[in-house]
Amino acid sequence: MKLPALTTAVFGAAVALIFFYAPTDADQGFSQRIFYFHVPIALTSYACFGWGAWKALRYLRTRDERADVESYVAIHQGVVFGALTLITGSVWAKASWGVWWSWSENQLVLFLVLFLFYCAYFMLRYSVDPGPSRANMSAVYALFGVVLIPVSFLAIRLSQHFIHPVVFNSHGPQMTGSQFFTFCVALVAMLLLFATLYNVELAGKRLDAHVRDLRELLT
Amino acid sequence: MIRGRGLAKRYGDRRVFAGIDVELADGDTLLVTGANGSGKTSLLRILARLALPSAGSLELPARERIGYLGHEPLVYRELTALENLVLFARLYRVERERVGMLLERFGLWEARNERTGTFSRGMQQRLGLCRVLLHEPSLLVLDEPTNALDAHGLELLDAVVEEPRALVVATHDPARFARRATQRLAFT
Amino acid sequence: MSDTVALARKDLLLELRAKETLPAMLLFVLAALTIFHFALPRGTSDVAARGLLWSALVFTALLGLTRAFVAEREQGMFDALVLAPCDRSAIWLGKALSVVAFLAAAEVVALPAFAAFFHGLGGRTIAAVALADIGIAAVGTLFGAMAVAGRARELLLPLLFLPTAIPIVVGGVGGYLWFLALYDAIFAVLAWATFEYVIAEA
Repeated sequence: MKLPALTTAVFGAAVALIFFYAPTDADQGFSQRIFYFHVPIALTSYACFGWGAWKALRYLRTRDERADVESYVAIHQGVVFGALTLITGSVWAKASWGVWWSWSENQLVLFLVLFLFYCAYFMLRYSVDPGPSRANMSAVYALFGVVLIPVSFLAIRLSQHFIHPVVFNSHGPQMTGSQFFTFCVALVAMLLLFATLYNVELAGKRLDAHVRDLRELLT
Repeated sequence: MIRGRGLAKRYGDRRVFAGIDVELADGDTLLVTGANGSGKTSLLRILARLALPSAGSLELPARERIGYLGHEPLVYRELTALENLVLFARLYRVERERVGMLLERFGLWEARNERTGTFSRGMQQRLGLCRVLLHEPSLLVLDEPTNALDAHGLELLDAVVEEPRALVVATHDPARFARRATQRLAFT
Repeated sequence: MSDTVALARKDLLLELRAKETLPAMLLFVLAALTIFHFALPRGTSDVAARGLLWSALVFTALLGLTRAFVAEREQGMFDALVLAPCDRSAIWLGKALSVVAFLAAAEVVALPAFAAFFHGLGGRTIAAVALADIGIAAVGTLFGAMAVAGRARELLLPLLFLPTAIPIVVGGVGGYLWFLALYDAIFAVLAWATFEYVIAEA
């Protein structure tokens, strides 16, 4: 019960910081503030996929049905955050460059690839009957996903010249202190949001399982 | 040979069976009966190491000691009888001579170079029996083995059943195996 | 290893008897190249030619992969293979080898046709195609085994396979041989390690 409250508080703080504390960007103006949503959402999405793959590995090791459900829920959340990444990225591209889509923005292209990949995860799950086989295949596919992320990233880097304004580079953040602070709070808020949603969806799934067990006891 | 406690099988929300105990010593025969869709095949697949139980504890012999014959003869239709058995002899690390011996025994030697797709259902079932016996399993799991067999085929099957080894049979014709049965399990 | 060879030989023998997959792949790749010729404005086809080649190859491979497990699916042969005490990775490797053989056979026709239709072929492109075949077979065999377990089957494989094949297209069009080799190594190891879970419950 503490987690939803904490999430609400941090999320509120993040929104306040983004709109009232962070300085307006000199080049891009007000619209740059979408950065504080877009990038934390994208990073959270990676975290979801990573967590889903970790649970997938746990499933293959322990054959514990719960790990399968947890992996599914994490990837489900990852796809939701991934879709939000595509939407916020698209809005940002429209605000900055006047186009809804830019193939030169590597992160966005990567998310398109990942979005396609993980949507197929759901097709796979709905196409196979529930049971150990489905859990096995889902787990294997989830593991392919986390391996595909860096491979695809490399491929996309190779495929084009890097013209997107880089906010981070290898020497660390170029943001000012206040920008960086806002960014970190926003990132924590998104990760907490993921944790909350993950718990809620998982609680629903567990409830379904309990209802099923009860029904079996009665019959 | 087999020791299973509290076995259950569930596919998602659909429960197939629960709370099944199986104990089978060397030379015992377990007869599994019940209507279609009652869970016979699910149990047999678990006992053949093709599927995992959803709950319960289970001890089984190693894979190379189990022979399983399901509803399908499990042979490639585009390969000949001989090619099929030679392939499986390789996978089971069995001498090739055994292939010829089994084809003789099950009356398929003359047809050994024909594609199994052209076989009658009864011949395919006999070939399935050859495949199952290839590696001389110590546990034989047969799912409706009388399917499609003619009088001669049934005699051949009876001879297989008489051999001393642990046996699990799911059947709609329990009378045929009644003499050997040491345990029975009826699904409802 | 002898298991792998026996299983791959079995696949080639099945194809030799059925003669379905390879002729289909050959006709498909030629038809695709012809369509690409008409799909592009005059004069641009040489500029875009490498992209055309790689699109054609990936979709042709997809066609072959859809057929790769047909015999296993129709006759329940996964059970037979899973029952056998051999290493399940050998089943993956055997199938992947036969897929590489099919791809190579299709490309023996497709590459000269491409060279004649558009412009010549470099040694680098041929090397890239060879490396790509390994990656396609490694990933495609695993996803192919997944797809045949589902109800959607032929529909499912493109959805599973194409996003993962995008890096192959990048490596192929760009001619990054090291990248293709890296892709092959990573995904071959992953597929080799996980295949047993895809075909067997236990």
